Amino acid sequence: MPTADKEQIEKRMTDALESFGAEREQIKREATWEELDIDSLDLVELAQIVEEEYGVKMKEEDMKELKTVGDSVDFVAERAKS
Amino acid sequence: MTQRVAITGIGAVTPLGVGAETLIDRWSAGESGIADGLGCCREFEPTEHLSTKEARRADRFTQLAIVACDEALTQAGWADGPSVDPDRVGCVMGTGIGGIGTIEAQLDVLRERGAEAVSPLAVPMLMANAASGVVAMRHGLKGQCYGTVSACAAGAHAIGAGLRMVQHGDVAACLVGGAEAGITPLAQAAFVGMGATSPSGTSRPFDARRDGFVMGEGAGALVLETEEGAQERGAEILGYLTGYGATADAHHLTAPEPSGEGASRAIALALADAEIGPDGVDWVNAHGTSTQLNDASETEALKRSLGERAHEIPVSSLKSAIGHTLGAAGAVEATATVLALQRGIAPPTVGWEERDESCDLDYVPGDARTLERNGRPLRAISNSFGFGGHNAVLCLEGA
Repeated sequence: MPTADKEQIEKRMTDALESFGAEREQIKREATWEELDIDSLDLVELAQIVEEEYGVKMKEEDMKELKTVGDSVDFVAERAKS
Repeated sequence: MTQRVAITGIGAVTPLGVGAETLIDRWSAGESGIADGLGCCREFEPTEHLSTKEARRADRFTQLAIVACDEALTQAGWADGPSVDPDRVGCVMGTGIGGIGTIEAQLDVLRERGAEAVSPLAVPMLMANAASGVVAMRHGLKGQCYGTVSACAAGAHAIGAGLRMVQHGDVAACLVGGAEAGITPLAQAAFVGMGATSPSGTSRPFDARRDGFVMGEGAGALVLETEEGAQERGAEILGYLTGYGATADAHHLTAPEPSGEGASRAIALALADAEIGPDGVDWVNAHGTSTQLNDASETEALKRSLGERAHEIPVSSLKSAIGHTLGAAGAVEATATVLALQRGIAPPTVGWEERDESCDLDYVPGDARTLERNGRPLRAISNSFGFGGHNAVLCLEGA
């Protein structure tokens, strides 16, 4: 399992969201998917990246609970460690 | 009595540049957009027109469609959405293949990185109806919306479908067109493999030296609405779509029926639909692909349907200047036809020099030619024929 710190995960996810078309300055921990115009198709892509890079599965039911960038970074950081 | 259908907006992205006016300016001047044996839209830069999100969620054929449709809707005065009830505005976009660039890229992903790495955007990007759906969504067009698929006749079929929709009163207006982005490794190899493309990389429709078509890409779009509706809202009428005829050869998967029987029936149907005879046709915007078979059988079809008049009418092929844009061709050519009629010219079949026994009509060599107005609006037919034996012919009239 690759190791990664939270800061690194946040940076990777920010890069991914920006590549999906979200405005970089709006991508903050408290930003919601809705505010960033990130939809279900983007989230599937995000989950693919996270799984490939950190070995963490973000399932559909997990996604429903993760409403913000920060929620998702914490979710991934938590599981990437264990 | 059926509704008279006006054209109030047009748009095009082609190897000759971005914009319908650019297309007709450069074609009329005898310029060619073909380079290194391909008709690529080199002046088209998606990010100049689309946001990051829009661009990455659209295959190139949809990107081309979006830009051509934006131009057409802006000209119609509907850049910010239609001024009529959007539930009564349709959208029909043809394509020969759809998102083949996406299919090829995702097949690489599947083979190299496995099924789980395949993009969730693959299906919405590759589907052949993507252009119609995306354009309808972008502009809030909520009437009938679908794609037409009939190889190189798809753009013309889309326009014909939109014409009937408006004539029948199903919608007040319909955005119609076609788009193709098939210059990809697989599609190129496949067309080469079947011997359809030009080994010399030259597009010479109706010329004795023709040796196949040159692959092109692009999109064309038109806004159709009832003449009454256009007049009521004070829209500028660019021309009229007065007739449509479509048939099948039921002959061979790829070869046209040599006597041009199926194509000539489509021409005759379009003329009957427009309620004109051969004398009412001033110009033919031909399918003219530069293949041995098409150009000979199309010539036969024109003689069969127009009789002696066929020898008096100038016949031009836009494919001489941009190559074959496949499913976009019918729409790009209809767009060019609207402007040619407006300017009263028949642009040339660029590079035509050597007469072929099987192609004995007037193919407008050299410079664009002025069309004589005989005390009535100028009229043209625009032919489109596709693999599968699909024939679709449009009849257009100047404003």
